[in-house]
Amino acid sequence: MGQTLRVTVNGEARSDEVEPRLLLVHYLRETCGLTGTHVGCDTSQCGACTVLLDGAAVKSCNMLALQADGAEITTIEGLAPEGGLHPLQTAFWENHGLQCGYCTPGFIMAAAALLAENHDPSDEEIGRGLEGNLCRCTGYVNIRKAVKAAALAMREGAAAPIGG
Amino acid sequence: MAVTQLIGARVQRREDPRLITGHGRFIEDHTLPGLTHLAVVRSPHPHALILGIDTAAARALPGVLAVLTAADFHKVLSGSMPVTPAFAPEKKYVPERFPIAEREVCFQGEPVAVVVANDRYLAADAADLVHVTYEPLPAVVDPEGAMNPGSPLVHTDGPDNIGWDMTYAGGDIDAAFSRAEVVVKERIIQQRLAPTAMETRGVMASYSPYSEDLSLWLSSQNPHFIRLFVSGAMGIPESRVRVVSPDVGGGFGSKISPYPEDYLVPAASKLLGRPVRWIETRTESVMTTIHGRGQVFTAEAAALRDGTLLGLRLTQVLDLGAYHGTFGAFQACACLMAGGVYRWEAISARTVGVLTNKVPTDPYRGAGRPEGTHLCERMVDRMADELGMDPAELRRKNFAREFPFVNNFGLTYDSGNYDGTLDRALELSDYQGWRQRQAAARAEGKLVGIGLSTWVEICGFGPSAATAGATGGIALVESAQIRFLPSGSVAAYVGTHAHGQGHDTTFSQLVAETLGVPLEAVDLRHGDTAEGPAFGYGTYGSRSLSVGGMALYTASQEILAKARKLAAHLLEASPDDLEFTAGAFTVRGNPQAKKTIQEVALASYGGNLPAGMEQGLEAVSHFDPPNFVWPFGAHVCVVEVDRETGAVEILSYTGVDDCGNVINPMIVEGQVQGGIAQSIAQALFEEVVYDGESGQLVTGTMLDYLVPTMNELPTPKLDRTVTPSPTNALGVKGIGEAGTIAASAAVINAVCEALRPLGIHHVDMPASPDRLWRLMQEAGR
Ligand code: FES
Ligand code: FES
Repeated sequence: MGQTLRVTVNGEARSDEVEPRLLLVHYLRETCGLTGTHVGCDTSQCGACTVLLDGAAVKSCNMLALQADGAEITTIEGLAPEGGLHPLQTAFWENHGLQCGYCTPGFIMAAAALLAENHDPSDEEIGRGLEGNLCRCTGYVNIRKAVKAAALAMREGAAAPIGG
Repeated sequence: MAVTQLIGARVQRREDPRLITGHGRFIEDHTLPGLTHLAVVRSPHPHALILGIDTAAARALPGVLAVLTAADFHKVLSGSMPVTPAFAPEKKYVPERFPIAEREVCFQGEPVAVVVANDRYLAADAADLVHVTYEPLPAVVDPEGAMNPGSPLVHTDGPDNIGWDMTYAGGDIDAAFSRAEVVVKERIIQQRLAPTAMETRGVMASYSPYSEDLSLWLSSQNPHFIRLFVSGAMGIPESRVRVVSPDVGGGFGSKISPYPEDYLVPAASKLLGRPVRWIETRTESVMTTIHGRGQVFTAEAAALRDGTLLGLRLTQVLDLGAYHGTFGAFQACACLMAGGVYRWEAISARTVGVLTNKVPTDPYRGAGRPEGTHLCERMVDRMADELGMDPAELRRKNFAREFPFVNNFGLTYDSGNYDGTLDRALELSDYQGWRQRQAAARAEGKLVGIGLSTWVEICGFGPSAATAGATGGIALVESAQIRFLPSGSVAAYVGTHAHGQGHDTTFSQLVAETLGVPLEAVDLRHGDTAEGPAFGYGTYGSRSLSVGGMALYTASQEILAKARKLAAHLLEASPDDLEFTAGAFTVRGNPQAKKTIQEVALASYGGNLPAGMEQGLEAVSHFDPPNFVWPFGAHVCVVEVDRETGAVEILSYTGVDDCGNVINPMIVEGQVQGGIAQSIAQALFEEVVYDGESGQLVTGTMLDYLVPTMNELPTPKLDRTVTPSPTNALGVKGIGEAGTIAASAAVINAVCEALRPLGIHHVDMPASPDRLWRLMQEAGR
C-alpha cells in the first residue's frame, strides 16, 4: 500500500514509505516526530499547521504527504539553528505574542514567509499575510507588534557590517 | 504591596521558549507504546430513538479492535454525569446522562458507539461503517417555545422541558416601579457561542489491569475534578487515578466540565486492556464541546425623570441544551449581577433553565457576567436615550460609591472607584472630541455612535461559605505546596492550571519575591494530580491569582515562619530579633550575623535543629478567601455603520480596567486584549445557528462560525487604575474575563447610538451587516 516519499525536512533528507492518503501534517507529526506543527481545524481555516514548502507557507493539513515529494520542508523546529532563536521567535517572546501558544508555530511560519518577501510590511500587509491564521487568545495586537519587531530586527541584522 | 523587583515587573514568560520553538507538549503530542485510536459514532439527529446498531461491517475491517456501545460501557461505568447546584439550586428536572446514548439521542453529536483501531484513519473509516437505525422524533429548538405546556419533549420520558424556574428577589420591586416616572423595556438576545479554543479537546488513557490503576491525559482546566468524577464513575479509588493536563491550547471555560469522552476513553482502555487516545476534530468540537450564552432576556427598568434609577425587573430564559451542563446553572449569575455598578432600589430576576435538543451550554469566558453586564448597560443606555441624558452622566448619577457596597442580592463588592475608571476612559478615548466629531459626521448623514460600558464582575471563586453548597460539597478554595530542596531550589505546586494565562511566570514571580530567592530558583508545577497537594480546584472564573496565588503566598509565609525559627537557632538569636530582607535573615543591629534562606534550607535537612523541629522546609496551605473579588472598569467604543452595506467599522476602542494590584502588567494587558477580542467577536461576528425546524447545526465548521482574524479587530487603547482588594493580602483581583465582560455592551451601545437617527433602539448580536441592513430597510430609510 505504501509509496516512497523523498523529502528534506529541516535540512535532513528522508525517505519514508507512506500511505497515499496520509496528510502532510500527520507525516510531519507522527512519522518525523515533529509535533510543533499543530492541527486546529479540519477545513483549512486556522493555519495552526503552517509550514514552509520550498520557502512558501502552506497549510500542511491541506495536502497529502506525497504531494510534497522532492520538496524542502521547514517546520517550526527547524526555523532557527539548534538552540538558537529566529528573530520572529525572539519577537513573539519579547512582545508577548502568544498566550496558550497553540497557534504560535503556524503564525511564526506564516510570518516567516511574509518577511522573506516583504522586509518592512505595513499593518495592512501583515493583516493580509496572516489572514489565514487564527488566534483565539491574544486579540492579535501583540502578534502584529511581534511581526513588526522581527522585521525591524531582521532589517537591522541585514544592515549590520559583516563581522560587526 | 509595593512594586518590587519582581512584583509589578514585565517579566518575559517562562513558558514561551518551548512554545515558540515547537516544543510545547499538548495533548496530541503524547503517545504510549501500543497506542490505539478511538473514533466516536455520533447521532446525526437532534432527537431520535435508537432502533438498532449494526457493527458487523466496522468490526470486519482489518485493524479494528473493537466497536463498543452503551451495553459494553455499562460494564465499566456507572452513574450519571454530574450536575452542580451552582446559582440555581432548586432544579425541577435533571435528566439522567450516561456518557453514551442507549435508547434515545437528544442532541446532534451525542455519542452512540465508539470504534477503537490501530490507526486513526482506520478508526474514522470504521466509524462510518457503523450502521445505526433511528426513528427521528420532533426536535425542540427554541427555548421559549419549549416552555409551553404543549411543546414536544426534549426527553421522551421527561415531565416537561423546565430544568429550573426561580426568582431572585432583591428589594420591593413593586414599590420601586410604583414611583417610576420613566420605564423602558427591551428584549435582549445572547446568542449561542462556540468557545473555540484553538486546541480541541483530547483524551488519552491507559488502564493497567495488573496494578488496577488508571493514567489519564487530557486537555483540562481542572484535572483534579476530572479525577474525582472519572474515578467515581469507574469505581477506581481516586488515589489510583492519575490525571495529567499538559500544555493546554486554550479553554475559555470549555475544558472545565467532564465530557462523555473523558469517561469513554478510559473505559475503552479498561475494556480492551490497551492505551487509547481520542482527539476531537474541529467539526466535532463545534458540535459537541459546550456552547456558551444562549439566553433570552426580557427586561424593564424604572427611573425618575432626573435619572435616578429605581428598579430593574428581568427574566432570563437560558437554553440548557439537552442536558444540564455540570456548571450550567452558573450562568444564572447574570441575574445576580444585572444591577452592575449602580444603586437600585430593587431588582427582581427570574431565571428559567429550559432544555432543548442541542449540545449543553456551560460557562464560557465570563459565564453570566457578560450577559448581566450587557443587559444592564443596554438598559442604562435605553434609559439615557429616553431621558435625553448623556449616557456618561446617567451612569455617574447612579454609581455605587461607598465600599464595601452590598448589592440588591446581598453580594458585597469589596472595593471600587467607578468614577476613576470612567474619568480615565473618557479622557483616553477623547470622548468629548468624539462627541463633536459625531455631530459633524451626523450632519453629513453618517451613522456614527459612541458606546460606553461601565462594568463590574464577581470573580475569584470563592469563599467556602458560598461555594461548597454551589458545587454540592467541595469548596472552591485553593491549595499550594512549596518545598525547598537541599540545594536551595524551590518546587512550588498549585492546584490551579493555566491554559494560556502565564501562571508559570506570574506565580514564580510571586514565590520568588516572597521567599527572596532568584526567579530561576523557582519551579512552578501544576496540572498533574500525582504532584502537589491532595486536591486542586482549577482555573476558571478569574480565580487563579486571588485564590491560587494567595495559597502560594500563605504557603510561603509558613515556610518563612519555620525558616525564621531555624535561622534564629543557627544565629543564636531570638526569632523576634531577626529581620528578613532580600532573601536573608539578619540579627537586628548586627548585619554580619546573617543566613540566607537557601542556607537555612540546607541546614533544615541537617542535624542541628532546634528542639522539636522536624527536618525539611516545606509547607502545604489552603487559602479560603473571605469574599469574592470585584474587578471593574470603563470601556468606550466608537463605530460607524455603513448605510449601504450595514457593515460596522470600529473607529476607536478604549478600555480602562482595575484589577487591583498587578504582578505582571504585560500578562494583564494580554488578557485584556484577548478578552476584548472575544467579546467584539460576539458583538459583531459569531453565532452558533441551528435550523429552527430540523434542529440541525448550520454553523458546523469554521467556514460558517466566524472566528475573527487579525483584520476584523481593532488595537484597543488600554490603561489601568489600581484599587487594591481588601479581601486578600496581595490586594489582587482577577483579569482573565474582564475584557469579555466589558466589550460587547460598549460595541452594541455604539451601534445602537449610530442607528438612533433612523429610529432604531436596539440591535441584537451579532450585529452583522445582514442584520443591520435589514433593520435599516425596515426602519424605512
Ligand atoms: S489545521 Fe487548520 S488550517 Fe490546517
Ligand atoms: S495563543 Fe492561544 S490561540 Fe493563539
